Amino acid sequence: MRSLALNDLSHNKYYNWIVRNFFSTWLNTSLTIIALIFLYKIGTFFLDWAIFSADFKLNFQGQVITDRTMCSKNIAPGEYGACWTIIYARFDQFMYGLYPAEETWRVNLSFFLLPFAIIGFLFDKLPLRKYFIFFTFIYPFIAYFLLYGGPNLTIVETNKWGGLLVTLFLGVTGIGLAFPLSIALALGRRSNMPIIKSICVIFIEFIRGVPLITLLFTANVMLPLFLPEGVNPDNLLRALVAVTLFQSAYMAEAIRGGLQAIPRGQIEAAQSLGLTYWQTTRKIVLPQALKIAIPPIVNTCIGLFKDTSLVLIIGLFDLLGIGKAALADMTWTKLYYEVYVFIALVFFIFCFGMSRYSLYLEKKLKTDNS
Amino acid sequence: MTKIKSLLIALLLSLGVSTAIAGSHGSTLDVVKERGKLMCGSNTGLAGFGNPNDAGVWEGIDVDVCRAVAAAVFGDASKVEYVPTTSKVRFTVLQSGEIDVLSRNTTWTVSRDSDLGLDFVGVNYYDGQGFMVKSSLGVSSALDLDGASVCIQVGTTTEMNLADYFTFHGMSYESVPVETNSEADAAYLAGRCDVYTTDASGLWASRAGYPNPSEHVVLPEIISKEPLGPAVRHGDSQWADIVGWSLNAMIIGEELGITSANVDDMKGSANPEVKRLLGVDAGYGAMLGLSDDWAYNVLKQVGNYAESFERNVGMGSNIGIARGLNALYKDGGILYAPPFR
Repeated sequence: MRSLALNDLSHNKYYNWIVRNFFSTWLNTSLTIIALIFLYKIGTFFLDWAIFSADFKLNFQGQVITDRTMCSKNIAPGEYGACWTIIYARFDQFMYGLYPAEETWRVNLSFFLLPFAIIGFLFDKLPLRKYFIFFTFIYPFIAYFLLYGGPNLTIVETNKWGGLLVTLFLGVTGIGLAFPLSIALALGRRSNMPIIKSICVIFIEFIRGVPLITLLFTANVMLPLFLPEGVNPDNLLRALVAVTLFQSAYMAEAIRGGLQAIPRGQIEAAQSLGLTYWQTTRKIVLPQALKIAIPPIVNTCIGLFKDTSLVLIIGLFDLLGIGKAALADMTWTKLYYEVYVFIALVFFIFCFGMSRYSLYLEKKLKTDNS
Repeated sequence: MTKIKSLLIALLLSLGVSTAIAGSHGSTLDVVKERGKLMCGSNTGLAGFGNPNDAGVWEGIDVDVCRAVAAAVFGDASKVEYVPTTSKVRFTVLQSGEIDVLSRNTTWTVSRDSDLGLDFVGVNYYDGQGFMVKSSLGVSSALDLDGASVCIQVGTTTEMNLADYFTFHGMSYESVPVETNSEADAAYLAGRCDVYTTDASGLWASRAGYPNPSEHVVLPEIISKEPLGPAVRHGDSQWADIVGWSLNAMIIGEELGITSANVDDMKGSANPEVKRLLGVDAGYGAMLGLSDDWAYNVLKQVGNYAESFERNVGMGSNIGIARGLNALYKDGGILYAPPFR
């Protein structure tokens, strides 16, 4: 009996909500219907294209697809949808670039360990968090050893890296390195010491004043010209430096916003208790400021993750770059939609994940403050 | 005073250090040999010229030049590390010494050869701007294109070439600006323009990717000169000779009928030029600082120019470009290597 009543209630609740939001007036009702028809058309078209009339491994004649001419849509134009075989055939390149096939387990292992390295950082109520945090700090060394090589592992030069590996490497490392740097910059910008303050202001304003593409070009094209011939810092490393500097300037401004939201009274109270500057900053100011700044920080992180695709103009095969290389191959050429939809999907998964996380944090913040 | 003095000393010291580093690395050949592999500036992906295939192996007519140099230097065409470069960074990457040779569909021009500090050492593909139309139009010459709408990538030299050509012949056209190659394909196929113009090799590659390639024709007129070839840094003539002659060896190989299949038999040939080329008559490798069998290795592992051309862009590939200008001089083209003696 009770469950029935509950069902009725919830039914009513949803019913009411729907009526209130979508069908309250004649105008709203007609807009809703138009939107539904539109969504239905787009949705069925996309699903049909991407799944129901798409090729995966076999074409409609049941043959294994080995090049673009065997795609159903190229045999019978207009009747069939996507030809996902290009993704299938080049999946390793989309994931690892030109990383040697027999060594890709190393990339897989570092991909697999990555969640463990960041989970401790993201969730504060995690059991055994101390160990996870510890792992966060040793992960970069493990990942470096795994990806680049060292004793007992063959060295894989970074010009062989590519695909999602490069995108994640630039995104994660850039964000990870930029975080401490940006805290220092944000604190420096609010410092009373004129030299430190002006250095930080100049740095932040300069970096924010130029597009990432300019920084990438500077790192990639100008830097080697200043160095003696034959001394060439790694291409990927140069891009990483540019990405890190760029991200730190933006993140610093996000953190400064958090710092400014801390009432002056709290700092004065801490000082009157005899806490030093560093104690005040570490125990009173930063924990609160960072909490406030988390949504804008995540925002800049999402931005940066997508910006990493700019490295393709300096000749790095990131996810987008390797996709273009796949399209340039005569075996698969002209399958633009498949490649770009796939790349968009991968980017969406990561960016959506980050945005969900930021939402989760915002909700948590709210309960903390109430 | 002392401050200035110490500053000067520090400056001199740092200069000394940097020249020491620069000086210590010697000739390009020594550097390459010591490194054990050739660093080759390649494309970020251009069908037939330089592109990784499904297995991640680089293929293309430009890639074959790098493989030829590696075969000449190491006797092993696989000892190449490819550095993908975009058109924007390609020259700096070469100037800074990051790569040893740039083989990336780069047009040989006077300003690049002199002002940019590069040396072009040969031409491995004679390209030029061409026109593609639908065969249903019934056009057989670019001179019939008066009043046509033309898809053209904005802000490129092709735009100027097109304007010059049409003005010179007293014809008019309507330009349909597009941003990228793929956009041009889409616009042309959708019928937004009658003509698509870009470098002929690009037209052929585009055409091969269309649903029905036979419905499109590339017109015979080529309205600009785009000799594409490998480039090295200024100032190391020995290295320029090695790269240039690695390419020449492939061309001479075709002239003399030496292929990767018959190169071993050809060693027994009575033709003195074949003997010199394949190192049967010793001494020619040493002139370049290489072993005597360097050209043998090039032809054995990479093949002659015709093999490379057909495999990557010619009739044996799915691009299907005719030899045209790129045929040997004796077959009606302009491919001409200096004699091997």
